[in-house]
Amino acid sequence: MNAVKHFIKSFTFWELFQGLSVTGKYLFKRKITVQYPEEKTPMSPRFRGLHAQRRYANGEERCIACKLCEAVCPALAITIDSEEREDGTRRTTRYDIDLFKCIYCGFCEEACPVDAIVETHIFEYHFEEAGKQVMTKDMLLEIGDKYEEEIAANKQADAAYR
Amino acid sequence: MSEMIDNLITFGLDVWNWFPADWQTLLLILGKIILILIPLMICVAYITYAERKIIGYMQIRVGPNRVGPRGWLQPIADALKLMFKEVIIPSKSDKFLFLVAPVLSIMPALAAWAVIPFDRGIVLTDVNAGLLYVLALTSIGVYGVIIAGWASNSKYAIMSSLRVGAQIVAYEIAMGFALVGVLMASGSLNLGDIVEGQAGGISSWYIWPLLPLFFVYFISGVAETNRAPFDVAEGESEIVAGFHVEYSGMAFAVFFLAEYANIILISALTALLFLGGWLSPFEGFVGADHWLGESSLFWFFAKASFFAFCFLWFRATFPRYRYDQIMRLGWKVFIPVTIVWLFVEAVMVVAEVGPWAV
Repeated sequence: MNAVKHFIKSFTFWELFQGLSVTGKYLFKRKITVQYPEEKTPMSPRFRGLHAQRRYANGEERCIACKLCEAVCPALAITIDSEEREDGTRRTTRYDIDLFKCIYCGFCEEACPVDAIVETHIFEYHFEEAGKQVMTKDMLLEIGDKYEEEIAANKQADAAYR
Repeated sequence: MSEMIDNLITFGLDVWNWFPADWQTLLLILGKIILILIPLMICVAYITYAERKIIGYMQIRVGPNRVGPRGWLQPIADALKLMFKEVIIPSKSDKFLFLVAPVLSIMPALAAWAVIPFDRGIVLTDVNAGLLYVLALTSIGVYGVIIAGWASNSKYAIMSSLRVGAQIVAYEIAMGFALVGVLMASGSLNLGDIVEGQAGGISSWYIWPLLPLFFVYFISGVAETNRAPFDVAEGESEIVAGFHVEYSGMAFAVFFLAEYANIILISALTALLFLGGWLSPFEGFVGADHWLGESSLFWFFAKASFFAFCFLWFRATFPRYRYDQIMRLGWKVFIPVTIVWLFVEAVMVVAEVGPWAV
């Protein structure tokens, strides 16, 4: 009996027509494509994009050159040199992130005791020359200054879960 | 103004009459060929666009929509890109055969259009053995693929051309038998006569008495053009791109053109042989002077477009066959089915039952 059923099914293309009807229905369904440059998907406050260095409200940079981020970085993308400043505080003289090495895991952000290094929502960036992928301390601070409000808001939104 | 146009016409006629009579026929034929090929090439370009749009829609995407309004210029952009790309010839390849292969593959795909009638009497050459000619040419197409695979001197390419060779031989037989059914029904090899034999509205088309042969023919056609679900020739997961791995730029584009020209050819043939080509489905149902009842180019294009759409629909729906399943389907299912149905048909013809009165 089963053999007969199978025979009839395969010779009437039963399952093939079922498949065709599925794709036929989807042909007329509403499309879910996001038209990217014009439309964008919502982004989590935890989104990990391009890095930034933050400052305190008085303009002092947060980073204290503890090198926890350098130590935790699984891709060895961060390089830090430090020295004692004239006022006796410990600061970085060099803070480089090689974006070709970086895997955007966000461990540096988690490791940072003073919330200095953060990852922003910026993901649309490119480099036009070899060597430009190394983000220096000045560049990171500049991004931090520019997007401070947003970074602070994202930190605030996520604070309850940390 | 009108005097100027008259002058132009007389000048044109003078130029025309200046040619010897043989040349005039030659030019006339050339003109007809161009009149068929240019729309065909435009169709080929836009079927690639249709493919990307339709498959996109079936996957609830929107498909190409950036080049021109709603993406209408996409095929033109693709063609320009392919034209300006470098044609790389592998150093260990057989250079002559490497470049001949794409030509061999597109030549039959275009030459077969010589006998395809578009409407009553609109045909380039009204050959009496038209169907035989089409069968012969579509079989030549496989040489292009086999030579491409061999000349590339690449393992993937040779594997693919072996697959294509075996697959096309297998399905060619089933396809030929299916066409024998059409021959028995119509009693003619002339494509125009075959269509005229189906006159009398939707109920007298050959698709009804020859339903199994119709399915065998169309599915074999899909297999013959190496389209999904029979596209093991270019199975990405196993042999990269198959016989055209080593091809780039225009040489690759020619293979692409040949594939799509073949799709349109198979669709047109299916429409002609089984669905009465340019004949209206409402013939005899609506008034004789109503436009719906009249046979016209429109019906032929509508039927052929439906089958071309089916090719894309299949590609969006079915997963690729395993190679031994393809062989099983070809040899163990299609050939027996066609032979059995041919026998049934022969009995019906001899007993004079059925729609055909031979």
